[in-house]
Amino acid sequence: MLFNRINLRKRGRRNQWVGYLYILPWLIGFLIFQAGPLFASLYFSFTDYSIIGDTNFVGLKNYLTAFTSDVNFMKSLRATLLYVFGAVPLKLSLAFIMALILNSKLKGIRIFRTAYYLPSIMGASVAVAILWRFMFMKSGYINTILGFLGFRTFDWIGSPSTALFVIILISVWQFGFAMVLYLAALKDVPTELYESASIDGAGPFRRLFSITLPSISPVIFFTIVMQLIAHFQDFTAPMIVTRGGPLKTTYLYGLLIYDNAFKFFKMGYASALSWILFIIIATITGIIFKFSNVLVYYRGGSNEE
Amino acid sequence: MKNKRKKKWIINLLKYVGLIAFAYVFLFPILWMVFGAFKDNIELFSSMSLLPKSFNLDSYVTGWKGTANISFGTFFKNSFILVGLTTIFTLISSILIGYGFARFDFPIKKILFVTMIGTMMLPNAILVVPRYILFNALGWIDTYKVFYIPALFGCYPFFTFMFVQFFRSIPKELDEAAKIDGCNSFRILTHILLPLLKPVIVSCIVFQASWTWEDFFNPLIYISSTRNYPVSLGLRMNLDTAAAINYPALLAMATLSILPIALLFFFAQRAFVEGISSTGLKG
Repeated sequence: MLFNRINLRKRGRRNQWVGYLYILPWLIGFLIFQAGPLFASLYFSFTDYSIIGDTNFVGLKNYLTAFTSDVNFMKSLRATLLYVFGAVPLKLSLAFIMALILNSKLKGIRIFRTAYYLPSIMGASVAVAILWRFMFMKSGYINTILGFLGFRTFDWIGSPSTALFVIILISVWQFGFAMVLYLAALKDVPTELYESASIDGAGPFRRLFSITLPSISPVIFFTIVMQLIAHFQDFTAPMIVTRGGPLKTTYLYGLLIYDNAFKFFKMGYASALSWILFIIIATITGIIFKFSNVLVYYRGGSNEE
Repeated sequence: MKNKRKKKWIINLLKYVGLIAFAYVFLFPILWMVFGAFKDNIELFSSMSLLPKSFNLDSYVTGWKGTANISFGTFFKNSFILVGLTTIFTLISSILIGYGFARFDFPIKKILFVTMIGTMMLPNAILVVPRYILFNALGWIDTYKVFYIPALFGCYPFFTFMFVQFFRSIPKELDEAAKIDGCNSFRILTHILLPLLKPVIVSCIVFQASWTWEDFFNPLIYISSTRNYPVSLGLRMNLDTAAAINYPALLAMATLSILPIALLFFFAQRAFVEGISSTGLKG
């Protein structure tokens, strides 16, 4: 063991500078396009920077403004939290259930996998947003069907009570990416586990909760974190379908930052808003990581690799 | 015995019926868009039927012309240039950087690697304002440099991470053997490892091409003149500027706009699914 390690070190030392050469593009890119902007944004968040005019240091004013006097911020925060905690659990549950169903050895199952994945590759495209807007608008197709069936038609996009629901639906509809990851993970669950569980008399639900879920828990964890981060920033659907309305019920955080930075040119304030978002995301991710120690099961300590 | 087989047959049949019904519900919006492009404004919303009365291509012709004297030909050409360059540069940089992280041991590598993973969790929103200011100072606003130069410098760590995971799954003995034969590290990469990377390369191309193609937020911020609009902005403009929306024409252009991505996905499907499942993305 020790010998091995020394050997590795030696080999490593011989290679070390070549390694830097390969990662050099990233180092430069990271400093210029990521680390630099990150610190700049932190600095701007304490100023009243805007494209035109002087820049003054204003301390914590931007942060205070957000929490005390910006009505839009509170509305946006509320809409975003409702959206994220509505869409992510629904989407991932659906992805998991569909993965369980599609993980069978039926003939032609591949075609179904492709079919269910299709909405996801169109993802956040403007085309998809336009299509949903046309389906759900007042004179749209959904209402045509409802009217035909004798139900009352409804202004889905124009009503504060349902607009966010449409935006959530668009997101849940794209469950395919998580589903593909779950399918791949399900294939890796050792079949012996199921066999011995069956012999011990475990029913399908017991097998689901005692074998399947623990075995693929690292992937579930990974998808929860990635989806949360992505959903906090969703932009296209609310921008195209509802434009943040009605009454700001779909004014998601991405719209709030966009409006402040590029419509009102309050770039200092927008920077502060983006840091508030970052802190929220980091806190939630941190809580999930904490729980993951208890809930995520790594087979054979593979998490140490 | 016979009974059992019959029972299984019935269960399978029910499974198929369920799967087809679900698939129909989930694909319905896409089907509605594709067929809707052949209808006219009245038929689109008044008719219950999914299929159009006739397959006329008028909407494609009107849609293609656009509303602001700039046709969708321009938008598609722009998108192909933007997406092509960004995807190629992402691919090249991710392979090189991934190789560096996976196969070499150098000082503070661990810290750098963790930093790179950390940037994956950084919300884009936080970088947008300073990046805009930076790109503005460099004179890159309204050009595609805003997309492809960061790609060249590995600013899409998701893909680098994918390659790192895949390189790690290839036995190191392969490199060692090639080294003994006198290959330098770059030759090992291009001649020994690159052919093995095919599934990840395909995944990288499919993901990056479709994400860049569909991206709306970044072009909205950085691309200002109409003649430089990619398809996503072109669609939005046609939705907003027309006095009376020609719905089928917009659906026709929406259909066309997702066609390249759908085709890419279908042709790459097998390698693509293999790529996702072998990269360790699954944890």
